[in-house]
Amino acid sequence: MAGTAQIVTPGIAALEQPKIKIENLRKTYEVRSGEVIALNDANLDIMPNEFISVVGPSGCGKTTLLNIIAGLEQATSGRVEVDGKLVTGPGKDRGVVFQQYALFPWKTVIKNIEFGLKLRGYSKAERREKAEQYLEYVNLKDFAHAYPKELSGGMKQRVAIARAYAVQPEVLLMDEPFGALDAQTRAQLQEDLLKTWQTEKKTCFFITHDVEEAVILAQRVVIMSARPGRIKEIIDVDIPYPRDQTTKMDPKFIEIKNEIWAKVYKEYLEVQK
Amino acid sequence: MNASRISTRLITPLSVICGILIWYALSKIPSVGAIITDPIRITKTLFAEAKAGSLWTNISASMLRVLGGFALGLVVAIPVAFVMGWYKNIRAVIEPWIQFFRTIPPIALIPLVIVSQGIGESAKIAVIFIATFLVMVISIFQGVRNVDPTLIKAARVLGATDRHIFFEVVVPASFPYILVGVRLGLASAWTTLVAAEMTGANKGLGNMIMEASLYFRMDLVIMGIFVIGVIGLAMDKGVLYLERRLTGWQELRKS
Ligand SMILES: Nc1ncnc2c1ncn2[C@@H]1O[C@H](COP(=O)(O)OP(=O)(O)O)[C@@H](O)[C@H]1O
Ligand SMILES: [Mg+2]
Repeated sequence: MAGTAQIVTPGIAALEQPKIKIENLRKTYEVRSGEVIALNDANLDIMPNEFISVVGPSGCGKTTLLNIIAGLEQATSGRVEVDGKLVTGPGKDRGVVFQQYALFPWKTVIKNIEFGLKLRGYSKAERREKAEQYLEYVNLKDFAHAYPKELSGGMKQRVAIARAYAVQPEVLLMDEPFGALDAQTRAQLQEDLLKTWQTEKKTCFFITHDVEEAVILAQRVVIMSARPGRIKEIIDVDIPYPRDQTTKMDPKFIEIKNEIWAKVYKEYLEVQK
Repeated sequence: MNASRISTRLITPLSVICGILIWYALSKIPSVGAIITDPIRITKTLFAEAKAGSLWTNISASMLRVLGGFALGLVVAIPVAFVMGWYKNIRAVIEPWIQFFRTIPPIALIPLVIVSQGIGESAKIAVIFIATFLVMVISIFQGVRNVDPTLIKAARVLGATDRHIFFEVVVPASFPYILVGVRLGLASAWTTLVAAEMTGANKGLGNMIMEASLYFRMDLVIMGIFVIGVIGLAMDKGVLYLERRLTGWQELRKS
């Protein structure tokens, strides 16, 4: 903890050990035409209870990075540590919310939420109680026994969030979770997410293609560069919480948003070349 | 809109009634009528055979063979398909054989089965077993292969082990395909059965038709064909009903 010099955001105690430590991470895929570099020498420290957003043009390796942190994919080289322990596979300390909801279509809403609890050995009564609690939290109590196909996109994503929360992971990894939703639903879920993050104190890693979303949520925004999958820049969002929709009118917010937007757009143009 | 929906509903019964009327008209043409007996005679034959009991003997003999062969086929197809879907190496061993045998119409195997097993019950069941197994194993295997990888990822991050993923994700996700397999398997069992019975049997609907044709009892032949069609249709509808009841959770409904 002491010995290693770290670049830390102002405001976060310098002695604290990072929750997630990403070191020289590289990931390549073998494809027919040769080798695709998805991630190239990514380095990032995420502090406990920090909210990090990741933006960048599509194909720049955001999902790959999340999958490696989640333990769903193996890095080609480099390492990821959570609480100082090397990540070798998925773990109870990390929950994931996927863009495509990934609800089990043959399970009702409540059974979906109970699934992770069941795997952790909770009794039937315990997991029902807990699942109901989280269902209420995402305002879907009336839909406990509905199947996913009966829900709208926003409702499905709320179930997916409840399912991830129910097992109480310390780290929440989210891959464009609100990407497919309409503006109102998205704004609502952003506010809900911020509230949870503040009350339950989780470490959040949130991928989005929407710069405004990245800024309203995060303490730091990671900009990834087009190719070959590098972390280009990390920008502090020095705006106090609680934030809500009115924060989007704040001149400081607009300034940061525009700055990041310009940088992401430059990366986007890079890809087009 | 409502009116057009009602008229759409009427089309099917109308089509059936027209079909029967055309059948009746055709049977009145002397040269055709010798082969295609009129519907009224057929109905009478149906009742006579049912009353005499021979119809039930033939139906139950056929049903037993179909269900026996089919059940055996299903019981073997499910584990084989799952093992093929789960283990790459086993798939590489089994798949070429299944792909090859599935291109052979099961009826072509009948002479081989007769030579090895005679024309007894086990020969019929063996042919149906092979026919249904091949159809069902392919369909169920497709189901195992088509499991959405995101669902497997979602289960993994929630703490699922390989065993959990198999029983809690792969099996339920493949369930619709199992039912599709059952439907295809039953249809294939039924068609294969009739062919198998025609090559020699002492009971069964196929045999009934064969024997009737020797005595030129065309009413009996057509009645038999009709019964085979009705039973086949009923089995298909039964599985469809099950499919709707058991896999109603699916996003996309197959028509
Ligand atoms: N399984 C895979 N096989 C081959 N290439 C892949 C695979 N997964 C991702 N890639 C490639 O890696 C790069 C980064 O992908 P990804 O992490 O999904 O980007 P993002 O999430 O930022 O859009 C892309 O060029 C993509 O085509
Ligand atoms: Mg992605």
